Amino acid sequence: MALALSGCNRRQSTFATFGEEAAAIDHLALVMTIGAVAVAIGVAALMIWAMRARPGALSLRGGERLILIAGGLLPVLLLLVLLGYSLPVMRPRAVAPADMRIDVTGEQFWWRVGYAPPGGNPVTTANEIRVPVGRTVLFRLRGADVIHSFWIPGLAGKMDMIPGRTNELVVRAVRPGLFRGQCTEFCGLSHALMAFDVVAMEPDAFERWLASQRQPAAATAPATAHVGAALFSRYGCGGCHTVRGTGQDGAIGPDLTHVGGRRTIAAGALPNGEEAIAHFIRYPARTKPGVRMPAFPHMSEADAHAIARYLGDLR
Amino acid sequence: MIDGLHQRIRALHVTLWTLIVPPATWASHFLFSYLWAAVHCAKTGHFADEPAVFWTGTGLAAIVIVASGWIALVQARKPGDHPPHNEGTEIDRLRFLAYATLLLAGLSVVGVAFTALPVLFIDNCR
Repeated sequence: MALALSGCNRRQSTFATFGEEAAAIDHLALVMTIGAVAVAIGVAALMIWAMRARPGALSLRGGERLILIAGGLLPVLLLLVLLGYSLPVMRPRAVAPADMRIDVTGEQFWWRVGYAPPGGNPVTTANEIRVPVGRTVLFRLRGADVIHSFWIPGLAGKMDMIPGRTNELVVRAVRPGLFRGQCTEFCGLSHALMAFDVVAMEPDAFERWLASQRQPAAATAPATAHVGAALFSRYGCGGCHTVRGTGQDGAIGPDLTHVGGRRTIAAGALPNGEEAIAHFIRYPARTKPGVRMPAFPHMSEADAHAIARYLGDLR
Repeated sequence: MIDGLHQRIRALHVTLWTLIVPPATWASHFLFSYLWAAVHCAKTGHFADEPAVFWTGTGLAAIVIVASGWIALVQARKPGDHPPHNEGTEIDRLRFLAYATLLLAGLSVVGVAFTALPVLFIDNCR
C-alpha cells in the first residue's frame, strides 16, 4: 500500500523529473538496471547449464577458457561500457557568468535562500526555491551549523551542505510546476521536517516574481497589518526575523518579508494559513521538535492570530 | 639481453610480499588520484587542462603492475617437479603464488584504468 502510494507522488520523486540532471540520472538508472538484469540472467543461465551438464562436457582447457572469458573478459568489457556511458552523464553542466546563482544555506531546521541574479541586487528569502525553466542555475550550498544535504529529487542529484565549505550544484529545469525538496542528511530532531517547496517557472514569470521579492514588505490589509505589525515588534520577533521595510532586521531565523506568498511555513512542515502560523508562533516545538525558535506560551491567542494575519498579508 | 632478463626473472622468487605489489599499487594509485584532484582543485580552483602529473602517476602505476604481472607469468610457467606428486613442493608453492600474482595484476590494471577514467570524462572540480 505504502509502495503503491509512493508511486503516485509526482512532487518529490526521482521518477517524476523536471530537470535535465534528474532525467539523465533516471535514464542512467534504467540502463544500469537493464545491464544488471542481463548479467543476472546470464549468470543464472550459466549456473543452470553447469548443473545440468554431464560430467566431462568441458575439457580442462575449455573450462579455463570459459572462466577467462565469462569470468574475466566479459565483466571487464561490460563494466567498461557502463562506466563509459555513466561518466559523461556525471560531468557537471558548464556555468556562464550570466547564469543565475542561488545561495542556499541549511540551518536547523530551515533553508536560507539568497538569489544573486547577474547584474541585479541579491534577494533573500527562505524555505522556498524558485527556478526559471530552460535556464542554467548554479546552487551554492553551505551548512550553517551541522551537515545538511540538499535534494530536489525531480531536479538533480543530492549534494551535501557542509559548514565551512561551499558545494556547487548546477541544474536546469525543463518544465514548470510545483515540486518539493528535502534535507537528506540527518541533522537533528526535526530533520524529517526540513523540506521546501520548489517552483519551476517560465523565465518571464520568474523575473516578475524576483522583482516583487526585491520589494520591501507591503501588507495588503493595512487595518489588520497595523495591529499585527505592532505586536510583531512588541514581542521582539524582529530580533530573529527580517521584514524588510519595517525596521525588523533580525538575521537568525527565516526572512519573513514575503512569507504570506509561500505555500507552506516552518520549512514545509505546515500549510500556510492563519491558524497554522498562530499555533507555530506559540508552540513551535510541538510542530518541530528541537527547533531553535523559542515558544511564546504567554502570548494570547488573539495576539498570535493578529501576528499571523499580518504575516499572511506579507505577500 | 631479453634472454638475460628472462634468466634473472626466473631466478627471482615470488613470495607473499611480492604478491601484494599489484593490489598495493592499485590502492596507492587510488589514493594518489583523489589527493591529486583534491589538492589541484583546492589550490587552483579549476581542473587541470593538462593533467601531466596525474598521467605520469597513472603510467608509473601501470608499469609497476604490468612488470609484476610479467615476472609472475614467467615464474608461473616454470616446469614442475618430476613425478611422483605425493605432496606439495617448493616449485608448486612458487607456481601457485606466481599465478595468484598474475591474476591480481590483471585485476589491478583494470582497477587503475577504471580509477583514471573519471579524469578523462569528468575533468571538473564540482
